[in-house]
Amino acid sequence: MSDDTPVSYIREPEDAHPPLDYPPYRSTVLRHPTRPLVYLPHTLTEITGPQLGPELVRESDNDLLAQHEGSPIGERIIVFGRVLDTEGKPLRDTLVEVWQANAAGRYRHVLDRWDAELDPNFSGAGRTVTDQQGRYRFVTIKPGPYPWGNHDNAWRPAHIHFSLLGRAFAQRLVTQMYFPGDPLFEFDPIFNSVREPAARERMISRFSLGDSVDHWALAYEFDIYLRGPEATPFEEAH
Amino acid sequence: MSYAVTPSQTVGPFFAIGLPWENGPLVVPEDAPGAIRITGTVYDGHGDPVPDSLIETWQTDGEGKFADLHGFGERSALGGFRGFARCGVEDGGTFELVTVKPGTLPWPGGGRQAPHIDVSVFARGMLHRCVTRIYFVDEPEANASDPVLQSVPAERRATLLAQPSADGYVFDIRLQGPNETVFFAI
Repeated sequence: MSDDTPVSYIREPEDAHPPLDYPPYRSTVLRHPTRPLVYLPHTLTEITGPQLGPELVRESDNDLLAQHEGSPIGERIIVFGRVLDTEGKPLRDTLVEVWQANAAGRYRHVLDRWDAELDPNFSGAGRTVTDQQGRYRFVTIKPGPYPWGNHDNAWRPAHIHFSLLGRAFAQRLVTQMYFPGDPLFEFDPIFNSVREPAARERMISRFSLGDSVDHWALAYEFDIYLRGPEATPFEEAH
Repeated sequence: MSYAVTPSQTVGPFFAIGLPWENGPLVVPEDAPGAIRITGTVYDGHGDPVPDSLIETWQTDGEGKFADLHGFGERSALGGFRGFARCGVEDGGTFELVTVKPGTLPWPGGGRQAPHIDVSVFARGMLHRCVTRIYFVDEPEANASDPVLQSVPAERRATLLAQPSADGYVFDIRLQGPNETVFFAI
C-alpha cells in the first residue's frame, strides 16, 4: 500500500451535489429513492476502486477532431484542466471520459430526435488519463445548445459530460462542464439543481486566452475536484 | 488549503456514446474459473424498466482480494480479474455482468463483512449516482454478522439480497415503490 492512500473520505455537505428529488427536472420524479439513505461507513470496498486507463485509452482518444476522415464542423476548442482532490492534491493516471453533442446540438445517438444535422466527421466521445500533475487535455468542437422537452421552450446550455473514476469507489463522479456566460443558465433546471450559486460556478469552465492557440483554437480550463481524504493516511510500516 | 467538490450532474440520456466499452460487463473473462452471471432490471416508481441507466460494480475476488493498483493488502491473483464492471442497461431495462462471487473482508472495528458488491446506478433523471450493495441470499451466516447489512432496517434487508438463478444470481433494483432498494449515503 502506498503511504498516501486515504483510509476514509470526507463526508460531503448535503448541498454539495444536487438533490435526487428535484421536480423541476421532470425525469427525477419517478427515479429518486423515497426512503432515507442508509449511512455507509467507508470500508475497504469504498476506499479502493478501479484503476483503469492505459489498457482502454489510445493516445489519440483525446482528439475528438481526428476520429474520421474529415474535420468536424464547428468552433474548434481546447478543453483542459486538472483532476484534484479537495486537499488540492492532483490525481495522476486517472481516467477522464467525455461525451457531447456536435456543433448543432445533436448527439450521435439513435434516440436523439432533435432534427439538427449529424456531422459525419464527429462522434463526440473521448477519453484520456491524467499526467503526473493531474492534468488532462481534449481537443474538440464546442457543442451546441439543444431543446429537450422538459418544459415549454426548454433548452440545455452547451455542455460537455465528464466522467471521473478517481482512485476510490467513494470518489466516483459524473458531471457536466459548462461554458462561461451562457444565457441559458438561469432557465436550466439541471444546472440549477445545484442549489449553491458558488457550487454552480464550479461547473463552469474558464476561458483562457493564454492557453488558446493563435489561428487555431480557443481554450477553456476546467478543474475538477473529487472528495479528498478525511483521516490521516496510514503510515507505511518501517 | 481545502477546496469544495465539483457537483454531480446527470449522465443524461445519451451516455452510451461515451461510457460503455467493449467487455465492460466482464469483471472476469467469461471462461474464468467460478464465473457467474448477475442479471437484473432497474425499475422506476411506476414499476417500469429504466432503459437508459448504467450500472457500475466494484468487488473483491473470491479470496477477498482487490484488483486495484494502489493496493490495500494483497492484490488479486485471479487471471483477468478487473474487479469492476460497467453495464449499460439494454433495451428492456436489464443488465448482465460476468463475475465471481466475492470473498469476505475485514471490518474496520473487527469482525468480517459478508461477501458484497458495491453498485453505482446512473440514469437520465438521476442528478447524482445512487449507491447500493449486492449481498447473497445463500450466505445467511455471514450476512447475519455483517455490520452494514445489520444497520439496514430488518424489513428492508431483503432488497439487498441477490437470488440464485440458473447461472448465477438475479439482483433487481427498484428506485421507488413498496420494495424500494436500500440505497446508501456514501
